[in-house]
Amino acid sequence: MRIGVPRESRASETLVAATAQTASRLLKLGYDVVVESGAGGAASQPDEAYADAGVVVGTAEDVWSSDVVVKINAPTDEEVARLRRGATVVSLMAPARSPELVERLAAAGVTGLAMDAVPRISRAQSMDVLSSMANVAGYRAVVEAAHAFGRQFTGQVTAAGKIPPARVFVVGAGVAGLAAIGAAGSMGAIVRAFDVRPEVAEQVESMGAEFVTVDMQSEVSADGYAKEMTAEQEKATAVMYDEEARAADIVITTALIPGRPAPRLIGGETVAAMRPGSVIVDMAAANGGNVAMTVADQAVVTDNGVRILGYTDLAGRLSAQTSQLYGTNVVNLLTLMTPEKDGVLTLDLDDPVQRGLTVVREGEVLWPPPPVQVSAAPKAAATAPAEAPPPKKKRPMWPVFATVSLLLFLVATTAPAPLPEHFFVLTLAIVIGYYVIGHVHHALHTPLMSVTNAISGIIVVGAILQLGVDDAAVRALSFVAVLLASINVFGGFAVTRRMLGMFRKADQ
Amino acid sequence: MSAVSIAVGAYLVASLLFILSLAGLSRHESARNGVSYGIAGMALALAATVGLLVHDTDETIPLVLLVVAVAVGASIGLWWARSVAMTGMPELIALLHSFVGLAAVLVGWNGYLHDEGLTGSLRQIHSAEVVIGVFIGAVTFTGSIVANLKLSARMKSAPLMLPGKNAINLGALAVFAALTVWFTVSPNLGVLIAVTAVALALGWHLVASIGGGDMPVVVSMLNSYSGWAAAASGFLLDNNLLIVTGALVGSSGAYLSYIMCEAMNRSFISVIAGGFGIEVAASGDTDYGEHHEISAEEVAELLADASSVIITPGYGMAVAQAQYPVAELTSKLRARGVDVRFGIHPVAGRLPGHMNVLLAEAKVPYDVVLEMDEINDDFPRTDVVLVIGANDTVNPAALEEPGSPIAGMPVLHVWEAKDVIVFKRSMAVGYAGVQNPLFFRDNTHMLFGDAKDRVEDIVRQLADIPQQVSR
Repeated sequence: MRIGVPRESRASETLVAATAQTASRLLKLGYDVVVESGAGGAASQPDEAYADAGVVVGTAEDVWSSDVVVKINAPTDEEVARLRRGATVVSLMAPARSPELVERLAAAGVTGLAMDAVPRISRAQSMDVLSSMANVAGYRAVVEAAHAFGRQFTGQVTAAGKIPPARVFVVGAGVAGLAAIGAAGSMGAIVRAFDVRPEVAEQVESMGAEFVTVDMQSEVSADGYAKEMTAEQEKATAVMYDEEARAADIVITTALIPGRPAPRLIGGETVAAMRPGSVIVDMAAANGGNVAMTVADQAVVTDNGVRILGYTDLAGRLSAQTSQLYGTNVVNLLTLMTPEKDGVLTLDLDDPVQRGLTVVREGEVLWPPPPVQVSAAPKAAATAPAEAPPPKKKRPMWPVFATVSLLLFLVATTAPAPLPEHFFVLTLAIVIGYYVIGHVHHALHTPLMSVTNAISGIIVVGAILQLGVDDAAVRALSFVAVLLASINVFGGFAVTRRMLGMFRKADQ
Repeated sequence: MSAVSIAVGAYLVASLLFILSLAGLSRHESARNGVSYGIAGMALALAATVGLLVHDTDETIPLVLLVVAVAVGASIGLWWARSVAMTGMPELIALLHSFVGLAAVLVGWNGYLHDEGLTGSLRQIHSAEVVIGVFIGAVTFTGSIVANLKLSARMKSAPLMLPGKNAINLGALAVFAALTVWFTVSPNLGVLIAVTAVALALGWHLVASIGGGDMPVVVSMLNSYSGWAAAASGFLLDNNLLIVTGALVGSSGAYLSYIMCEAMNRSFISVIAGGFGIEVAASGDTDYGEHHEISAEEVAELLADASSVIITPGYGMAVAQAQYPVAELTSKLRARGVDVRFGIHPVAGRLPGHMNVLLAEAKVPYDVVLEMDEINDDFPRTDVVLVIGANDTVNPAALEEPGSPIAGMPVLHVWEAKDVIVFKRSMAVGYAGVQNPLFFRDNTHMLFGDAKDRVEDIVRQLADIPQQVSR
């Protein structure tokens, strides 16, 4: 089968879907490869390079009549029309946001594979173009910032005076954020970073940056997901963004929410308070931006001399690198789909990776795919004890309740004067005792026990009253009883206070 | 308003304060207030009672006796509370329980010695209340003494195995019932002495038959008994405050024991009956293979490379007083960005919540100290688990060997982590007398020696390992 790599039709596009190196790897899979003349020019891949690698350089007709067309951007209407019926097209498609494209592909009777719909499971990481591109973009964001920044990143003491290191603040510690942290750190800047998921602090610190914590109580996430922020937390976070941005020379924002506009994190007031010459790179510009004044694809200079870069083609600005990575992702995908290495593309829809990125198969719409089972699914069932004892039979409560009630009823109605009243009080107090400590925190078992211990020293009351009896033996015994119970009362309360004094929270 | 009615009013308020006190003690945020409520309630009750005593008697001797007794008792109690080591807390609490028991016995005896001139059915009820109060008090007294001796290792902790122990317990109850009837019909000193003796013997036998490993439940159960003893005295003295307070303590203590029984997969009924010490003899024949040793230096390296660590302490940590170096290790690792948490088994230690108290003493923040249920699912994602002085609570045999004496007991699944380091003095078996197959697993490394010394070694070694800036 023949794979065609066209020249991208979008005017500003610098990328190409296969470099000479990745194209030669496609040849090894048994395919014929044809590249449109001039396709790799902007990515430092001249036609000669392809020819040297054994790839045919042809015309647009040669490419578009191929069995498989691999490109970067989603095919335009004209391009879809040029596809052969039954052909396969591989590109970025954003199928969730472009239903009309999906319909057009289906109408053309072709198969469409979306590179940006690769499921995010570990096995598919080698095909994940979004990660590849975010990584490059994060690096380039720092380079753009350094370019626009009027000073050096690294701090030095020179004969001509001291150069302070630049302070970089990165928002969002995803692939792009981490790449930016690494790049800025290796250029000598002081890097601080924040993410709403506290558990990525470790990754941030592993890249050599300091993780900014918001001054609030944040529990360790038990399920790995960020918890929804309360209004209070949101306010504290906003204050943190403001403080960090004012203190920074460079701010790089990468915050995106899948399927929604980017969150507005840095407001106009904060930007106005930043030092002249500071640079903000808003990597979320394509989705509306994290910064108030961001204009997509433009560099804006504010009244107070802050530059806000809203470039959306950061990955494309490193065209050779990104093309190489994209091309490698494509090779990895086609390797998966060419099990026999015989140059025949076989689509196996039972494979969750292939199923996930197949948008249309020969005119049949397959988007959206069923939810993918994450490979790290808990295997709790398998580890459960095989010989677990049979669960205790739940006996109904009502016979016990009825019996106890009947007994109490009999006591209350038949017993002589003081007893019914005493049982009345006793029964209610038992129930109260049960409910009052029903949700005791495990760590407080010991203090609770020592306080009940002190309280049960209340028997001192009885002993004190008996002191008043005019009888030497009774007095002697009650004296001892008062003494013992007093040890209990005073010792119990004192020891509880001592214990509670030791409990503290991390931030106290 | 008479003195009596003032006292009744004060007692009502005191009862409410005690309820608030227990409710407060259920949560960290309100625990301190809870203690204050308890102290206020106690002060109010004492003041009202002293007022009643002053009102009722013209003599000075009772007042002198009162002041002397309270002063002596208070100074002993406060001194103990200040001087007790946190590891000695279980013993102290058991001893304090015994005082309530003994006080209840004495109050009961006084109830007999001081004839209030009752007649007819009232007299019979009074007599029955005396016997019951004395009985519960005496069982609590000797039971707590035995628990105290076992916990302080002055008595061997292995369960006492008298032939026909259940028959002995039941027999004692039958004798008690018969003596109660006798005493009710014709009260006399001989019967009362007999009841006291039977109860003392029963209390001793009940707790002596229980192995040291099950002491947390026993201590909490004795706490409950001491409450019932106070409630019985309330019946005897016709005092609602005693009944309310005793019932509060009794039912909350019983519920606490019930929670712990659930955690250990024991039957609650058989604990109350003191019959749960019976265990299948440990089958020590199974060959689990070889264990692997590791040095403190290698542990330090493992920890330096780890990104998440869980520490599961047990009674051994308390014995070795290792909580301070453990806390230091924790803060060192946290400073390096390692996620350190603690997994506490509900029955770790010899007292419910024992580990929490020790860790709190050593200033380990309580929000990294988690319960078994909170942390059990996290072990597969953990790099290193440090098992410090725990044995039965981390024994996989509980899940995997149906014949094991601890089968069915929920345990911490430490073996699911990448590496497990077990701090231990030697290869000896734990409290339950069961061999632990965990020690022979491939991912388990044994670090022998005193837990405190070994943890200090690790802290020292860790200081020599440079902190990795990037990976």
